[in-house]
Amino acid sequence: MFKKLAIGAAFAMAFTPAASFAAGAYDTHIEDFDFSFEGPFGTWDQNQLQRGLQVYTEVCAACHGLRYVPLRDLEALGYSEEEVIAYSADNFEVFDPELDDFRPAIPTDHFPANDSLGAPDLSLMAKARAGFHGPYGLGINQLLKGMGGPEYIASLLDGYTGEEKEEAGTILYENKAFPGGWISMAPPLAEDQVEFADGHPATVEAMSEDIAAFLMWTAEPKMMERKYSGFVGVIFLSVLSVLLYLVNKRLWAPHKGKKIS
Amino acid sequence: MSGIPHDHYEPKTNGEKWLHSRLPIVGLLYDTLMIPTPKNLNWMWIWGIVLTFCLALQIITGIVLVMHYTPHVDLAFASVEHIMRNVNGGYMIRYLHQNGASLFFVAVYIHIFRGLFYGSYKAPREVTWIIGMLIYLMMMGTAFMGYVLPWGQMSFWGATVITGLFGAIPFVGEAIQTWLLGGPAVDNATLNRFFSLHYLLPFIIAGLVIVHIWAFHTTGNNNPTGVEVRRTSKAEAEKDTLPFWPYFVIKDLFALAVILVVFWAIVGFMPNYLGHPDNYIEANPLVTPAHIVPEWYFLPFYAILRAFTSEVWVVQFASFITGGIIDAKFFGVLAMFGAILAMALAPWLDTSTVRSGKYRPMFKWWFYLLVIDFFALMWLGAMPAEEPYATFSLIASAYWFAYFLVILPILGVIEKPLPQPETIEEDFNAHYGKADADATPAAAPAE
Amino acid sequence: MSHAEDNEGTRRDFLYYVAGGAGVVATGAAVWPLINQMNPSADVQALSSIRVDVSGVEQGTQLTVKWLGKPVFIRHRTEAEIQAAQEQDADGVEAMPDPLARNVNLPADAPATDANRVMPSPEGEAPGAWLVQMGVCTHLGCVPLGDAGEFGGWFCPCHGSHYDLAGRIRKGPAPENLPVPPAEWTDSTTIRLG
Repeated sequence: MFKKLAIGAAFAMAFTPAASFAAGAYDTHIEDFDFSFEGPFGTWDQNQLQRGLQVYTEVCAACHGLRYVPLRDLEALGYSEEEVIAYSADNFEVFDPELDDFRPAIPTDHFPANDSLGAPDLSLMAKARAGFHGPYGLGINQLLKGMGGPEYIASLLDGYTGEEKEEAGTILYENKAFPGGWISMAPPLAEDQVEFADGHPATVEAMSEDIAAFLMWTAEPKMMERKYSGFVGVIFLSVLSVLLYLVNKRLWAPHKGKKIS
Repeated sequence: MSGIPHDHYEPKTNGEKWLHSRLPIVGLLYDTLMIPTPKNLNWMWIWGIVLTFCLALQIITGIVLVMHYTPHVDLAFASVEHIMRNVNGGYMIRYLHQNGASLFFVAVYIHIFRGLFYGSYKAPREVTWIIGMLIYLMMMGTAFMGYVLPWGQMSFWGATVITGLFGAIPFVGEAIQTWLLGGPAVDNATLNRFFSLHYLLPFIIAGLVIVHIWAFHTTGNNNPTGVEVRRTSKAEAEKDTLPFWPYFVIKDLFALAVILVVFWAIVGFMPNYLGHPDNYIEANPLVTPAHIVPEWYFLPFYAILRAFTSEVWVVQFASFITGGIIDAKFFGVLAMFGAILAMALAPWLDTSTVRSGKYRPMFKWWFYLLVIDFFALMWLGAMPAEEPYATFSLIASAYWFAYFLVILPILGVIEKPLPQPETIEEDFNAHYGKADADATPAAAPAE
Repeated sequence: MSHAEDNEGTRRDFLYYVAGGAGVVATGAAVWPLINQMNPSADVQALSSIRVDVSGVEQGTQLTVKWLGKPVFIRHRTEAEIQAAQEQDADGVEAMPDPLARNVNLPADAPATDANRVMPSPEGEAPGAWLVQMGVCTHLGCVPLGDAGEFGGWFCPCHGSHYDLAGRIRKGPAPENLPVPPAEWTDSTTIRLG
């Protein structure tokens, strides 16, 4: 047994870096986008979220739902109550069990789920994917760059190479960000596919970033409130720590051979 | 009660006497709070308070979360999102509970290793140690079942894999697994019973914590020197000790506040760092995530579980002599629980008469290696089950067992310990100098 | 005790008070969220104000909607009903069991005339065409039946309370008129409750 262990150890040490690299498997590329909401001080870019909502409504909503997101929450994106009512009614129909029929959505409804094509729900997608890993499973990249959910989404939407292949009757598209490299979702975005009211250019990259930011908002709508609580808590607890340190020092001073000044 | 002589509560007013003769609760609280505590306790002795805080935090936030959570396979995931989006401050309460589990395990691991280094498990504190190990096992059960409740992909597949361990038990395994799950697979029955037990166990833990404290208040605290408090007279005991209140309460609270700064920063700025993204996907019994990884605090023992594959010599031998009853799967389960059992038996495996690792020159290095081994196992548990990690896991697991079963018994015989201080007072004064206040031990804490 | 030591004592006490105060604040800050989480959540609050499309409510019919977990009667009255209700005013508002309008959109002491009970009509409709009131009997909380009772309005089958065409209690054990909830027109066919 010991011989096996010793040989194994020697072998393992010699080949660790190469082997780990191979274990990483997918040669994917996730770009570290610079989103406005990142870091302890980051805030939402409300215009970007509105653009992202527009891209979602005009493009993604055809196949993907947002079933956990209440439409009323859109007021947080800077829309008035009337605008949210109009947006809900114009864009979505929901099934009302009381009417036993579909009716136009109202703000107290959620965005509808969309199971028509088996596409995953996007409500929590920005938290359900990690763009950054490692190195060697140590979690350092996640610590420095964040979990990388929105980065993954933006990189994926902007990561099509244009290659495609057919496999078992399905057309797969080559994508630089997708694990395994081939994804069944056709490239959803094209240049100038939507027209932004704020005149922002509608390149594929810009739209990818906007939708990624919007999906981060749908996944974590309370992010700003959370960070604020974080700040208040950290500052207050720091003050409390200092006070307790001083009290502790005073308390122990007579017993530690150091007379109080 | 505590072997250390000290002042006890004396009811003074008639009201106090009336209550004391009927229910001596004030006296109990007084004796607990004013317990003489070795004055040389270092900063490794603060984790008990942190753990108590964690238990309270988890129970309080947990009770609050239950007011909004729905334990049903169709609604559990959505009800957690309801907490995150709609409930007033719900996102904070949920993240506190989620990350509170991690703080709990950080604290318990440091607390355990503190005990291992300073020999806190040795006579007469074996019962304290065993109760502590029971608490730790219960914590693992509680954390595991709690992780199932959000009903994400990792919840579901973690539950499937871990309950599968019980299926490895020979002959009755499958029956036990079915009984645990309430059906052939993880489903609504499983979710409901895990919810019930996740709510129940913390209160049992709280009960065990009281017994844990009762036990070490009876024997007195261990301390960094491992030398016992002098207890022939009250005056002598007071040279070695200070009352728990206010000296150690304030010290511990200070440490707790510093730890909470870090904890709060994680909750506020990166609450999902320690979680797994797959758990934000609702459980789907038809699709398994690419990598099923337990929460970080289970990783060391998960690595031990996976280390013993059918290619390992010991496993083949065990299988041979038991006629195949112990297969690789069951061996892995035995190894995982055996690793904790070996640790629990430390009081009887350690043959050294010296308590504190500070005075054991050889032990020290083996202990440091054990700490490194623990982190290595943690890292290996997160790595895919393939070479070279499998071999590493085997080596690291072997060391874990070797430390408790071989090294601890042998060291006590062959090691020549360093001289220990005569008294705690001597150790304390060597650090801080002799204080004037010691001449008048009655000096009141707050004038 | 020297002067210097006095000073020392005060400073130490001050430190203890500040630290103790900070501890109390921390405890309070920790307790408040635990209490506040039991207040109505955002989805419940969002339902405290609803919009009701009344374009399909024909004259002489009543729409019952759920608001704050209770039924609300939205009655589109015919000309004849309006007239009959106004004639019921002649019975003497003061002499009725509850002389007050119970209309939260008006001052609390408004008398229970038909005009004080009904909603202002949207443009192009006769005044008094819309009566909006809670469908909860003021006696013990049953839901009264429409087009029933001795006064042609509502009748509570539980203990026999009779309400007239303006929803005023006229006979039976109920103490008060059916309350009128906060209601306004957001456009000519939509009523906002709450």
